[in-house]
Amino acid sequence: MEIDKNQLLRFTTAGSVDDGKSTLIGRLLYDSKAIFEDQLEAIENTSRKKGHEGVDLALFTDGLRDEREQGITIDVAYRYFTTPKRKFIIADTPGHIQYTRNMVTGASTANAALILIDARHGVIEQTKRHAFIASLLQIPHIIVCINKMDLVDYSEEVYEKIINQFEEFSSKLYVKDIQFLPISALDGDNVVNRSKNMDWYKGAPLLYTLETMHISSDINKIDARFPVQTVLRPQREGFIDYRGYAGRVASGIFRPGDDVVVLPSGFTSKIKGIDTMDGSLEEVFAPMSVAISLEDDIDISRGDMIVKENNQPKALQEFDAMLCWFNNSPARPRAKYTIVHTSNEQKAMIKEVVYKIDINTYAREEEDKELKMNDIARISIRTTRPLMVDEYRDNRLTGSFVLIDDATHETVAAGMIV
Amino acid sequence: MSKYYLNYLDELESEAIYILREVWAQFQNPVILFSGGKDSILVTHLARKAFYPSKIPFPLLHVDTGHNFPETIQFRDELIEALGVQLIVGSVQESIDTGRVAEEKGKNATRNALQITTLLDAIESNKIDCAIGGGRRDEEKARAKERFFSHRDDFGQWDPKNQRPELWNLLNGKHFEGEHFRAFPISNWTEMDVWNYIKREDIKIPSLYLAHQREVVWRNDSWIPVSEFLKLDENEKIESKKIRFRTLGDITITGGIESDADTLEKIVVEVAAMKQTERGNRSDDKRSETAMEDRKRQGYF
Repeated sequence: MEIDKNQLLRFTTAGSVDDGKSTLIGRLLYDSKAIFEDQLEAIENTSRKKGHEGVDLALFTDGLRDEREQGITIDVAYRYFTTPKRKFIIADTPGHIQYTRNMVTGASTANAALILIDARHGVIEQTKRHAFIASLLQIPHIIVCINKMDLVDYSEEVYEKIINQFEEFSSKLYVKDIQFLPISALDGDNVVNRSKNMDWYKGAPLLYTLETMHISSDINKIDARFPVQTVLRPQREGFIDYRGYAGRVASGIFRPGDDVVVLPSGFTSKIKGIDTMDGSLEEVFAPMSVAISLEDDIDISRGDMIVKENNQPKALQEFDAMLCWFNNSPARPRAKYTIVHTSNEQKAMIKEVVYKIDINTYAREEEDKELKMNDIARISIRTTRPLMVDEYRDNRLTGSFVLIDDATHETVAAGMIV
Repeated sequence: MSKYYLNYLDELESEAIYILREVWAQFQNPVILFSGGKDSILVTHLARKAFYPSKIPFPLLHVDTGHNFPETIQFRDELIEALGVQLIVGSVQESIDTGRVAEEKGKNATRNALQITTLLDAIESNKIDCAIGGGRRDEEKARAKERFFSHRDDFGQWDPKNQRPELWNLLNGKHFEGEHFRAFPISNWTEMDVWNYIKREDIKIPSLYLAHQREVVWRNDSWIPVSEFLKLDENEKIESKKIRFRTLGDITITGGIESDADTLEKIVVEVAAMKQTERGNRSDDKRSETAMEDRKRQGYF
């Protein structure tokens, strides 16, 4: 197997019990031979106990005991499979509105989102919700799978009608790349293999689409941003004066000799070296983890950001963001939280809830401003010191943050800077 | 295609290095849980990369059940010597001797569950606030939902319903006195990824992973190595087989598979063709459908 060039693709799925999501994932894993015999045996046993005929592929994605007992997927579960072309990570999330926060979590790192529609029902509330979250989290690619085509006689007309329904509402959303696929997860039509029942569909099956989707350009290569995680000072022979700023490139490209500025101090310098245990590098880009050393001796610590002199983020102390509330306890008005943005941490206060969004209808709610679990809202936030931010739309890693409640240490919200 | 992309092994490596550096930055007193198995060896290798040219800035913690493969202990000691880092050993034998735990009885008795107490005692007495483990989400269904930073309460227990959401690359390691975290930098690796990477990086691993001739007994569908701890049943007989181990745990419960794979290249080919999960040969996971979840809740690795 040629693995040297194979990329990693992360995709998220959202769905409810009935739309065949678990079956689809089970099918992808099964057909790509990611299910082992002992796992299959366990599933066969459970299927028999439950009185199902044959193997219920959906059982493969059920994880914890509570979930198996209740027959639902509560959390985000990660699944893995590999084909000769790519490695895949699936963030498998439940689709009900009470699990919005799980969908948001799964979506935050995804290159692609799979949205499932039951061909018999067409676009429903849940479809709009999933599309909204994919758009809010700026997942670069959306694949809409119109599933259970076997139950509508593989009708092209039904398929086209659902595409029209989808396009009608999704025109209100900001989505970069969207594709549609007619499938039957149960029988495997257009999942791994092309369907013999839908000659009218000229596109590729789902797996091929995932294997060949162009994802290299999803990463921002323009705005060079290097948040410093920690400082390496080996103080041992050969490295007595060495000082390396360890971090993972968030975006853009850095090279030795680049003129850089360290934020927030504003000190300028040049990149002396980009170091790894395997040697020094001539250039570095996201998402590589390296250590950068500078020509000048500057005081730099965790939370600082190295950027290019001619392309800097905004230093803001007050900004607006789209926020998803994660916690059982509602947001306390004007309460202070710890805000974590890249490797930087400050105190922050939600100054105002501008509006909440009904993610089923996309309607703005300007009366009820209490932020409860799973709510999504536009807020104004103020921090004790300026953060070096980009808009989320331009930069997922320097445009995002979480809020932590100091009383419980729980992560209570996730935000995207607008 | 643009040259500005990473292959998947480089991306997994970079992610793991990022997580290890976050551990160092967010915790006072982290350790690497070192078992001598390939996953903890991999984590140690990645920690070298994360802090190079500095040494790994925290100790390795080995929970020693006393039921070791001699090869594992030798490997551990050589590695510690080469890295120049501190080794902390938590001894299950000591936990038994001091009455903290009682040895299981019977033919299938193991010290697997006893490790939990020893591990939690070692964490408490050394004031460890983060234990870095080699757990992977593909290993077992209870692990599929594990976080990179996994919170444990002051009893060392894991509550799957009370874990912090992890978005983008933002990890929340905040904790109160007495609580600790487990960190899993190789969460997103599969067994295949681990082997491909070990081969690519030419990482030294214990010889037990390579096919070798060994005295074994057929029990619970795998070849259990003969050792001073093994009690034979009447109908069991010792045979000599060419075997290797896919995972390493206690010598009493780790079953080998028949194999000719005596090089890393051959292992990669063999693993790619495997039809059973690697934990299929671990009798500790066979006890019940939720065996792993139950142990994790109590504070297992």
